[in-house]
Amino acid sequence: MDAFTTHTGTAAPLRRTNVDTDQIIPAEYLKRITRTGFEDGLFVAWRTNEPDFVLNKPEYAGASILVAGPDFGTGSSREHANWALLDGGFRVVVSARFADIFRNNSTKSGLLTVQLPAADVEALQDACEADPTLPVTVDLVAKEVRWADVAVPFEIDDYTRWRLLEGLDDVGLTERHLEDISAFEATRPAWLPRTLPVP
Amino acid sequence: MGQTLAQKVYEQHVVRRTEGEPDLLYIDLHLVHEVTSPQAFDGLRAAGRTVRRPDLTMTTEDHNVPTTDLLSPIADPVSRAQVQALRDNTAEFGLRTAPMGDRDQGIVHVIGPQLGLTQPGMTIVCGDSHTSTHGAFGALAFGIGTSEVEHVLATQTLPQRPAQQMSVRVEGELPVGVSAKDVILAVIAEIGTGGGQGHVIEYRGSAIEGLSMESRMTICNMSIEAGARAGLIAPDQTTFDYLAGRRHAATGAEWDAAVAYWSTLRTDDDAVFDREVVIDAASLTPYVTWGTNPGQGLPIGASVPDPTQITDAGDRAAAESALAYMGLTAGTPLNEISVDTVFLGSCTNGRIEDLRVAAELLRGNHVAADTRMLVVPGSIGVKQQAEAEGLDAVFTDAGAEWRGAGCSMCLGMNPDQLAPGERSASTSNRNFQGRQGKGGRTHLVSPAVAAATAITGKLTAPADLAGASRPTAPTGAAV
Ligand code: SF4
Repeated sequence: MDAFTTHTGTAAPLRRTNVDTDQIIPAEYLKRITRTGFEDGLFVAWRTNEPDFVLNKPEYAGASILVAGPDFGTGSSREHANWALLDGGFRVVVSARFADIFRNNSTKSGLLTVQLPAADVEALQDACEADPTLPVTVDLVAKEVRWADVAVPFEIDDYTRWRLLEGLDDVGLTERHLEDISAFEATRPAWLPRTLPVP
Repeated sequence: MGQTLAQKVYEQHVVRRTEGEPDLLYIDLHLVHEVTSPQAFDGLRAAGRTVRRPDLTMTTEDHNVPTTDLLSPIADPVSRAQVQALRDNTAEFGLRTAPMGDRDQGIVHVIGPQLGLTQPGMTIVCGDSHTSTHGAFGALAFGIGTSEVEHVLATQTLPQRPAQQMSVRVEGELPVGVSAKDVILAVIAEIGTGGGQGHVIEYRGSAIEGLSMESRMTICNMSIEAGARAGLIAPDQTTFDYLAGRRHAATGAEWDAAVAYWSTLRTDDDAVFDREVVIDAASLTPYVTWGTNPGQGLPIGASVPDPTQITDAGDRAAAESALAYMGLTAGTPLNEISVDTVFLGSCTNGRIEDLRVAAELLRGNHVAADTRMLVVPGSIGVKQQAEAEGLDAVFTDAGAEWRGAGCSMCLGMNPDQLAPGERSASTSNRNFQGRQGKGGRTHLVSPAVAAATAITGKLTAPADLAGASRPTAPTGAAV
């Protein structure tokens, strides 16, 4: 996972609520067994069927911050939704509310999800609609989103922030505690099911 | 202060707790399917890691598998490669698998319970959001992403934080013809698709206690559609009876020890929930969704809502775009909407009880002329049981198609898809745009509504079938 400290880019307003993972990337694109190359599936139905869709507009072609309506990422647990956004050039999604699994996946894939109050999300949508070239900064060190003369703080727990700032891999961190895991395993009751050997 | 059931199961599995860090939670069972695992196995290989507990890992093929022509290789080369990747990975890492054709194959959330691998008090994860299904047994079960799949394969643990606790109490008796699916659709319509965000939902109350295991699974399955990662129900005699004698359930003294422990798994009287919702079972009727998220549902006797009457701007815009996508006009009675396809199946409603309810209504009836009905059992085990009971003949005599086991049209990764503009009544769990095929329009319904709809060709409550044989409580052994 790439480390995330601070990112400045332009933002695209996605004024839709309940953007589900099937819209972010439909199932047919999940058949691939690689971890990259999912940009062609990103919002593909909307990009294909709606000429006015925000990401079809040339002024948002280079956007790296997506500013979406509430309940972004509902639905499936597919981390492909994170990968497709990253592959499509996004480093940050801003919304008033995220689905739990999508948000949790983002902390593993290196896509930053920033939860802001709905009024601030709308203000940012208005601002990048008024000026698509507006530079927006998402600062994980200062826990702040900044544009024009506005600065809005956001919350993130210290541990997740530290992992993202350092770009650390969870498996490596957990492997420091293998002794604890073995000790726990020794206490598990014998009647718990096992898949092997096959009965 | 007392603890909720979910808190008890969670605390029981904390391997390590340190101030300022997430807890490290032990995972008792890791279910794996072909779609969300290949990149996780690649990650293990790249780091030279192994699978820590192959004996706590179960893999199967479900999302891509065709439901016709079962003996030939998968025709779609990309699907075939994905399934092959799972076979290669399970061989390389020494894991149990249930490939197409195996007696244990099926939708991952159907086979876990069926094999007796899903048991009360366990922690269960899978790279699949409907892992919440297993909560029906009083397990803490939730969906994870591919990075976490890799983490569990390598360490059999996950970094976690305690969730907030929500109680959904359904009290009273469900009217005849109203099923678990209607209950959960009503719950989601009530609290919204984000209503359970950050929470684990415990379903309780007399209506829940009266449900079979299969109906409990239907309810817990759709917790994710209410925004909650997990939903669960306290284990009771119904749970123990379901598990007794299953292939992976304990026997003898170990079984007794397990039941003694399971019997302690309930929410303390003085436990406090962060949020409580109460639903009167007697007030419920069959539900159907009209829109493109699972919270956009109404009783089948209602009409398509008028977006101009919705005050919240976001909800109004969502309703407008949903009606445009669904090709519906405000004010149309829902039971006048014609459907092209009826899909009976999925991890929500692809179990034997679901097939029995639908077959009972279809017996002696026929699927409407311009409607097709696909019946896709959730697993090979369900398929064999249904065939032993003669249900396959009931379906085919009625003009429905009897298929092989898998996810099928729930998400259309295999050839079972809706054509653009085609409308379905589906017993699955997601009515998202394009979910069942590009441009496809999905109405979520219960198995009884699916069967009644197949007969009339329009969204129909079972009670409204002319000369309907009233749906009765299903009997017989569970699979
Ligand atoms: S049946 Fe549908 S929801 Fe269930 S696991 Fe398969 S694709 Fe997912």
